[in-house]
Amino acid sequence: MSGGLTSSPHRELGLTDREYERIVARLGREPNGLELAVFSLMWSEHCAYKHSKKLLRRLPTEGARVVMGPGENAGAVDVGDGLVAAFKVESHNHPSAVEPFQGAATGVGGILRDVFAIGARPIAILDSLRFGELDSARSRYLLAGAVSGIGHYGNSIGVATVGGEIYFEGPYEQNCLVNAMCLGLARRDRMVRSAAAGPGNLLVLLGALTGRDGIGGASILASAELGEDGAAKRPSVQIGDPFEEKKLLECSLELVDAGLLVALQDLGAAGLSSSSSEMASKGGVGLDIDVSKVPLREPGLEPFEIMISESQERMLCVVEPAKLDAVLEVCSRWEVRATPIGSVTDTRRLRVFDGGELVGDMPVEALVDDCPLYDLEPARPAAPVYPDPPRRLADDAPADVALRALLRAPSVASKLWAFEQYDSLVGSRTVRRPQQADAAVLQLAPDGGRGALAVSIDGNGRRVACDPYTGAVEAVLECARNLACVGAEPLGLTNCLNFGNPEKPHIAWQLEQAVEGMADACRALGVAVVGGNVSLYNESGGGPIYPTPVVGMVGALPDPALAAPAGFVEEGHRIALVGPFAPDLAGSELEKLRGRLATGLPQVDLEAQAAALAFVREAVRGGAVASAHDVAEGGLAVALAECCIAGGVGARVDLAPLAERGPERALFGEGPGGVIVSGPPEAIDELARIAGAVPFLRLGEVGGDALEIDVGAATLSLRVDEARSLYEGGLPDLLQ
Amino acid sequence: MKLGVVRFPGSCDELDALRACRLVGDAELLWHRDRDLRGVDAVVIPGGFSYGDYLRAGAIARFAPVMGAVGEFARSGGLVLGICNGFQVLCEAGLLPGALLPNLSLRFVCRQVDLVVERADTPFTRACDPGEVLSIPVKHTTGRYYAPERILDELEANGQVLLRYAEGQNPNGSLRDIAGVANERKNVFGLMPHPEHAVDPLTGSTDGARIFESIAAHVEALRRGPLAAAGGSASAVVGRGAA
Repeated sequence: MSGGLTSSPHRELGLTDREYERIVARLGREPNGLELAVFSLMWSEHCAYKHSKKLLRRLPTEGARVVMGPGENAGAVDVGDGLVAAFKVESHNHPSAVEPFQGAATGVGGILRDVFAIGARPIAILDSLRFGELDSARSRYLLAGAVSGIGHYGNSIGVATVGGEIYFEGPYEQNCLVNAMCLGLARRDRMVRSAAAGPGNLLVLLGALTGRDGIGGASILASAELGEDGAAKRPSVQIGDPFEEKKLLECSLELVDAGLLVALQDLGAAGLSSSSSEMASKGGVGLDIDVSKVPLREPGLEPFEIMISESQERMLCVVEPAKLDAVLEVCSRWEVRATPIGSVTDTRRLRVFDGGELVGDMPVEALVDDCPLYDLEPARPAAPVYPDPPRRLADDAPADVALRALLRAPSVASKLWAFEQYDSLVGSRTVRRPQQADAAVLQLAPDGGRGALAVSIDGNGRRVACDPYTGAVEAVLECARNLACVGAEPLGLTNCLNFGNPEKPHIAWQLEQAVEGMADACRALGVAVVGGNVSLYNESGGGPIYPTPVVGMVGALPDPALAAPAGFVEEGHRIALVGPFAPDLAGSELEKLRGRLATGLPQVDLEAQAAALAFVREAVRGGAVASAHDVAEGGLAVALAECCIAGGVGARVDLAPLAERGPERALFGEGPGGVIVSGPPEAIDELARIAGAVPFLRLGEVGGDALEIDVGAATLSLRVDEARSLYEGGLPDLLQ
Repeated sequence: MKLGVVRFPGSCDELDALRACRLVGDAELLWHRDRDLRGVDAVVIPGGFSYGDYLRAGAIARFAPVMGAVGEFARSGGLVLGICNGFQVLCEAGLLPGALLPNLSLRFVCRQVDLVVERADTPFTRACDPGEVLSIPVKHTTGRYYAPERILDELEANGQVLLRYAEGQNPNGSLRDIAGVANERKNVFGLMPHPEHAVDPLTGSTDGARIFESIAAHVEALRRGPLAAAGGSASAVVGRGAA
């Protein structure tokens, strides 16, 4: 074995002195360069969750429907008829900030692999995106690139992109967020796990060639060994090839379906190092890998580079020797490269060979389980963390001016410009397309199931910045409310926690508060967290991003035909507001336009929220309502306008009962719990009768070609066609 | 009646097409490396990104072994339907006139559009009424139909333009709003919109089923005799099944 490096580069690789000492103690010697590279990645925040793992234990992860919880490639819940839904959300923030097209594309590719790694066919993609304000050329470039990259990968691989959200806020200017969620379906009896097993079994690498892409953090080693010229040319953003992944996807699912695999795992961050050690750790075995057998894109890669390369479109599987020929035959049919590169051992060590030479030898447990976990040192910030947003609207602007400004504000305005760049239809499952309803609805009939799944992704970072606990509660509630609007009951939740540097006390406080809020909301709704991802250190010279816990939720509904659209349906239908909605201007879009950021949000009564969600869900399932749309950014006035725009019809409503604390709050105040429903008069009468303790307020009637709102002293009127051109033009106009 | 749906590596909508075909008859997948069309009565080339389409949409797929068989099948009068990438492949293979260029927006577009049925007397549209409007989605980056003016005039004169985007709904800048064209013999038809994504009321529209019903009706008519079949086609089409 080659000796240790002459310098001590562990600090450059992000390891502390104490972490390094711990590695030396576990090995009983100094690590060599390859081992140090592998340890530095396995013990990084990205792989080891060393600043968040303890906190994440507070989230509820158990439930009757849970088939796979956190720790597997993706979470999974039972959806009946022998089917499970597998899903996960993951960030690709930093690569997207460097190169938005490839960063976003490979983010989609990565999350797809997580889902088909457990034998599930990916059926839907959703994306949660955050950029700086669109007056910045950089933000426009990042938005266009990320949307295009998502479309490129998802469209080319034939997985429908069915939903998502985009917000524009100053603190994301330098650190944009690209979170991609994938939902897949598997037959419960055909799922595959990632635990390697059976000493003597073969380790087979599937898919693309291994190159130098993605070797970022370890460049200090690269320059030490390869000279500075080589290091400078080394790209640290991976390049995606959806065609390669399409073949890999079909091939992997055929291998799983034929029962040819013992275990399957995707290669993501830290490449072979993390995939192999995770597989060995879960199976309680060891693995021998011969890097000289790994097919390379270019000659001359060092063994350590092969171990940590993040080249895309690769999977690792464990195969019994007797089944190798059958595996190779399937791979050859799909034109997928398949190479035995090692074997399972009983040593519980990850041993790396370069031909006959042993070049690395590490205890699996040390790599996977021994990274020190850190306690956060949270402290509530004494002063505001974020500057006020730019002021765009005068405080005394009349209500109709404010409504127009809100409808075209990029965070509120229609995202059709983005959604039209995604194939939302492939697979013949999409019953509700993007923006047709509050959640995407996917029927299960093509897969032999009954009913449908609903899926939504949400997380308003600005409200979390105002109040991390309540903001995170609201993110969970909004996701559940979107599901309720199509009649779906939540089955499970995945999250992506995007925060700044957790070693700073005020960021630690945001993180802790947000996780507490998310945990409490999940418990109140009886929803388990089945997986997720953490992205920390989203900071730059301009400060930290808004704390952004993104929540993805999957639910089930019995009859997709009854999934309510968001838009009003028919003249003469009655309109009502259901739920404990207490509009408040704190943290609202209106306040943002006025250049203010609140400290603190009103407390939320989780019990009342849960009861209202159940009521809405049952009303939709029973076919009592023709439309359902939740009240979110921009408050009631914007939500009503959205119902009119989507339905192509006006409405007359009276908000006076909500205006006792001022017309502005009634029109533009925000807060969780409100759903606008419409339906035939007798159906709305019946709902009012059975609402019981759930707040139920009749607002008015569908009809005409304008939205006319009465708020006691004032009235407001906006033609639907004008509302539409503001709402649909908001984003494209800024991108011209 | 049996339909065959070609599957290339990189095909995306082949299972959707298979489902749509099975609403009107038997259907199976045809593998890109096979030269045997397994006795199908009609071939569907589905949407997707065959072989990744990194060169030019459809430019590699036209060389696939299965396309040799499809070419022979078409030349002998067999029905061939190309949807989206399938349309691109058929143009690249020279089985249809014209070419598909990148959308004027240079972006992918996924949108429900209205199509006007220009000819209802062909094997692919005989279940429609002339002038009928069909609501069918498009989803593509390379869907702008192009042919030289002279060829376009010929296509119009021969009645080869079967579907046009309704006024104001052209999503890609196609010349003369052309959404779908047939060859002169009208046994090969390509269109950018996706009829296979419009066969289920739950997913938005059932208008696309008319295309598959037309094919089935034509094949059935051929079974009953060439005269019955000719009644549904402007030119005398002699399909394989009629032999």
